[in-house]
Amino acid sequence: MTASEHESASGPLQVRGTVLTVRRVDAYHAITIVAPGIAARFKPGQFVAVAVGGPDTSMLLRRAFSIHDVRPDHGGTVEFVFAVTGRGTRWLAERRARDVLDLAGPLGRPFPVPRDPVSCLLVGGGYGSAPLFALAGRLRERRCSVDFLLGAASGDRVFGALTARRTGRSATITTVDGSLGVRGIVTDMLGQVIHEARTDVIYACGPMPMLRQVTALAGRYDIPVQVAVEESMACGIGVCMTCVLPVVGSDGITKMVRSCVDGPVFRGEQVRWDDAGTIPFDAFGAPGWESRVRRGQWPGQPGQLGEPGPPPGQPGQPGKPGQSGPPGQSGQSGQSGQSGQHRQASPARRQNHGA
Amino acid sequence: MAPDLRTRLGNVELPNPILTASGCASSGRELAQFVDVSKIGAIVTKSVMLAPRAGRPTPRMAETSSGMLNSIGLQGPGIDAFLQRDLPWLLSRGARAVVSIAGSTVDEYAELAARLSDAAGVTALEVNISCPNVEHRGQVFACDPVDAGAVIEAVRARTRYDVPVFAKLSPDVTDIVAIARACVAAGADGLSMINTLLGMVIDTDAVRPALAGMTGGLSGPAIRPVAVRCVWQVKQALPDVPIIGMGGVMTGRDALELMLAGASMVSVGTAVFHDPSACVRILRELDDELARRGVERLSEVIGLAHEMRAAGRSMGTVK
Repeated sequence: MTASEHESASGPLQVRGTVLTVRRVDAYHAITIVAPGIAARFKPGQFVAVAVGGPDTSMLLRRAFSIHDVRPDHGGTVEFVFAVTGRGTRWLAERRARDVLDLAGPLGRPFPVPRDPVSCLLVGGGYGSAPLFALAGRLRERRCSVDFLLGAASGDRVFGALTARRTGRSATITTVDGSLGVRGIVTDMLGQVIHEARTDVIYACGPMPMLRQVTALAGRYDIPVQVAVEESMACGIGVCMTCVLPVVGSDGITKMVRSCVDGPVFRGEQVRWDDAGTIPFDAFGAPGWESRVRRGQWPGQPGQLGEPGPPPGQPGQPGKPGQSGPPGQSGQSGQSGQSGQHRQASPARRQNHGA
Repeated sequence: MAPDLRTRLGNVELPNPILTASGCASSGRELAQFVDVSKIGAIVTKSVMLAPRAGRPTPRMAETSSGMLNSIGLQGPGIDAFLQRDLPWLLSRGARAVVSIAGSTVDEYAELAARLSDAAGVTALEVNISCPNVEHRGQVFACDPVDAGAVIEAVRARTRYDVPVFAKLSPDVTDIVAIARACVAAGADGLSMINTLLGMVIDTDAVRPALAGMTGGLSGPAIRPVAVRCVWQVKQALPDVPIIGMGGVMTGRDALELMLAGASMVSVGTAVFHDPSACVRILRELDDELARRGVERLSEVIGLAHEMRAAGRSMGTVK
């Protein structure tokens, strides 16, 4: 463990953890690492940023993976799931027991969990479902019911289908090729599952197009949705500014926020999905923002990222947050706006740049 | 015996010569989760601009062999937020703040300098005249000696006398010594080099540039020999001008290399993305490198490779 604990007892750590196991799970790999400090601090939805390639590596950027599970054995272990998509993940897949990995975590804002026992639907695409099982455990502790809706291109790419069937009140699987469950994609089944499960809250994790559609459908049913986004990142701890997304804060202002520390979990309707990959004209610090300040529509000096800004004086603000999260939400992660003063770094799941 | 690593930056004594590199440590707060920021020689902040800025669209980053391209485009909340929040935070943690400033016009740089002169606790200014992530090359002041000099002169004129002004130079020029001379003639107290090199990656599957901004700044150990060369050339031409060296420093050995070429301080950038505690680790490694060679004071090694070469000696004479 490095000299990192002085800042906060709940903040992330940088540790060298010993690999316990690396195993294949259908089309994916799961790696378990002894990392007691990270395991102790973990909350579902958080991620780790892993250095790859060993000493003198030519791969400088950490790979971010959402944490699948933590266990108490060996003092505390952390497991994450990944697909081999490039050199970095191939190197990871070749690790063996007793190898040592440098990882930072737990990073990012976790999923907020409801205070009351409500009906929760957990939607996962591909191995995006990995963080949902720890979340399900946390939800059941709160006596929430948990339904799963998982999908992927093919049966071997639906991560955790068995666990979902075993532990969920219901589990619906979709595959594009029809090799497991219903043929199609998760959003084909979303409406039906919501009706049958009388869903109060949706949690979703997976590719961006899926999250966008889940958010749109949830909006139609007026159900709050929490999404864990996948943006490529270089550092995972909030310094590189590569993983930004246009997100509307509770003040109505769109900011380019970092998925790693201000996310990866966002309220779905706060993300401007149509504008992802762009700088919206009216975003804080974009050309349209300046003219708005000049026109005096925003009195005073705008706060910076994560601080409450001026009140929304603008009717019809695109993507303006409608409601305030799941009913009875405990706000354990400070759901208002994006990240306050204290930034516990956050995770962006999945490997950065496909390497 | 532990070598004496103390070094001076203007009127402030730094406990050691290892700094963060601008844009790679934000304003220090995130790194404080992993290291004690007061143990780092100084925190060089991400470049601050007058107004809030949203930056460039994503993807903003591409990994390359021993390097990376970035195309952030100077995203930041602007000088007001910096003065309200970031600078006081750095000072409250006992960190020394070298504030990097960036502007689109000479006047913007001057106004930033004036605003920062009114603030207490600024150890030095690093004037970023070399960010490659702008609309066109004409905006990179560091590509032209006259433009570079104009910015530095304006900043020096508006900066408190006891706050040193460092000009951050681009390696993407035919003759970096000419730019360095122009900056020093305009009043720069020191030089920072190098900024990133303009680069490009094409995604061969998607058949399009990997970055939304198409081009980006190349950093990481891939560019270290370029940094060593630039520091060497400028030290040769302007032996009395202090240099903050940066460019792909990953280890204490790399920091020593830049110092032997002439840097009195070394900034650590991309390495921080790889290892959040890189600055503190590199400092420890530098200490070991110097101790192993029997060096008592840091000043003994700064530019030493020039002297060795002039004396016809080899590094073999160093234990």
